[in-house]
Amino acid sequence: MIDRLLTPYEYEFFRNGVIVATLAGALCGLVGVHVVLKGMSYIGHGLSHAIFGGFAASSLLGVDPVVGAGAWGIASALAIDGVTRRRALGADAVIGVVTTASFAAGLALFAVFGRRGPSFEAALFGSILGVDTSDVVAVAALALVVGSGVVVGYRQLLFATFDPDVAAVSGVRVPVTDALMMLALATTILATMQVLGVTLVAAALVIPPTIARMLTDSFSHMLVWSTAIGAACGFVGMNASYHLDIQSGPSIVLVGAAAFAFTFATSGARGRARAGRA
Amino acid sequence: MTTAADGSPSDTLVRLAGVTFRFGRDAVLDGIDLEIGPEQFTAIVGPSGSGKTTLLRVVLGTLEPSSGNVRRAPGLRLGYVPQVETVDWNFPVTVAQCVLMARTRGRVGPWAGRAERRDAASVLERLGIGHLADRHIRQLSGGQQQRVFVARALLGEPDLLVMDEPTSGVDAPTRHDLLHLLGELSDDGTAIVLTTHDLNGMAAHLPHVVCLRTSIVASGAPIEVFTPDVLERTFGARMSVLEHAGMPVVVDHDAHRFHRVIPIRDAAS
Repeated sequence: MIDRLLTPYEYEFFRNGVIVATLAGALCGLVGVHVVLKGMSYIGHGLSHAIFGGFAASSLLGVDPVVGAGAWGIASALAIDGVTRRRALGADAVIGVVTTASFAAGLALFAVFGRRGPSFEAALFGSILGVDTSDVVAVAALALVVGSGVVVGYRQLLFATFDPDVAAVSGVRVPVTDALMMLALATTILATMQVLGVTLVAAALVIPPTIARMLTDSFSHMLVWSTAIGAACGFVGMNASYHLDIQSGPSIVLVGAAAFAFTFATSGARGRARAGRA
Repeated sequence: MTTAADGSPSDTLVRLAGVTFRFGRDAVLDGIDLEIGPEQFTAIVGPSGSGKTTLLRVVLGTLEPSSGNVRRAPGLRLGYVPQVETVDWNFPVTVAQCVLMARTRGRVGPWAGRAERRDAASVLERLGIGHLADRHIRQLSGGQQQRVFVARALLGEPDLLVMDEPTSGVDAPTRHDLLHLLGELSDDGTAIVLTTHDLNGMAAHLPHVVCLRTSIVASGAPIEVFTPDVLERTFGARMSVLEHAGMPVVVDHDAHRFHRVIPIRDAAS
């Protein structure tokens, strides 16, 4: 039994995939707390589609797809943040406009100029076949930067997320905090894209913090729980994908969904009430 | 607070001169001259849409006026208590964590120092909610919730405490407690400016009132300001003013009509 479980670790691509999936899951769990508590759960879904537009544009222009899609995603995230801040529009509406326009631009570019460059199906649904050591290093570095940023700016993040108006009066630079979190979100989606696929990133951003919210009433504990749950879902999901012979993205998301169902069923009315309002 | 710039500059915490604020073409505030001095305790009253919250935001600096000048005393420390209706009561935060937010600026890392925790505990004790420090904010009564946000503002040791509708949605005993609490803070030297719809339960008890309807209609002590004429120009409805124990009591001008519909004695029986 143990031998069977360890069999896939004989392959380097799988070892790299497990490390990336675990780190990416943790990263999504950490960043997802801000996303869920700000009521922007839809943004993960939206940004992943926006990044598709960047993927199309970069492959047509001959730019590295990861760099192009990343720049496009960051620009979309900052555009959403900027428009929401300057106009009395709901964040969900702005996310809908910016990200679907970007997705449509990607489809239009492919229709007019044809598909070039690497497979974008892998980007849509996730694949661990292309994960190499440089991906592991990149995701680890991003996790370190974002994790350190959250620890250092924890109090600013807490205040700006909970009560941005009062935080601004109290000297917290709320626009900077929000912009940095959007930057972290866009780069997290980019880093997660290869393993999860852009269409399933939203689940990795939303499921861990929602489970964590059912378990605690503390912001700091929610950050820790959500990060740990995200990492566990990435690790278990990646192993399950090998043994069940399914794509990594769906496997990780289904593990998360199962964890949500289990927590929902066992956390009692209080936990369900917390999650329902989160 | 005075509505003319006749005070000493050194005594003024915030001074608004000719402030106008527009949303598009519509003026929400028009030609506001206002001075807020130390130890002032003022209610801003007016109907919904009269510009009360906008005026507070201009005072706080979260809105820039379309025209006019706003000057704040150098180093002015502001405390802001928002409307409780705007608070996400399910946010994962305890009372102590919420209060400690006041000590965010310039702090690095998630852990509050011993002195910060001691100060927060002291403020909570002062407001009579020290035993609730580890409770989630959702688990509090309306009055306790209001005190948490007053505590957070006070931990910042403000020169000026700004409160938006502090009595909105609270019952009479809670309003009474809050009024006494604010009275104590005022006695201790904190300037307070608040908005309220509650003319009799809150505004009439304060030493100074500003009646606002896009422009300032009147300003002064409640007994001087709450006249039928000023109230009609402010609220657009006729009101009568009675006097009880030296305080004005505002009643609907046509209140006697309701008695014809539901006579008090009949309703009681």
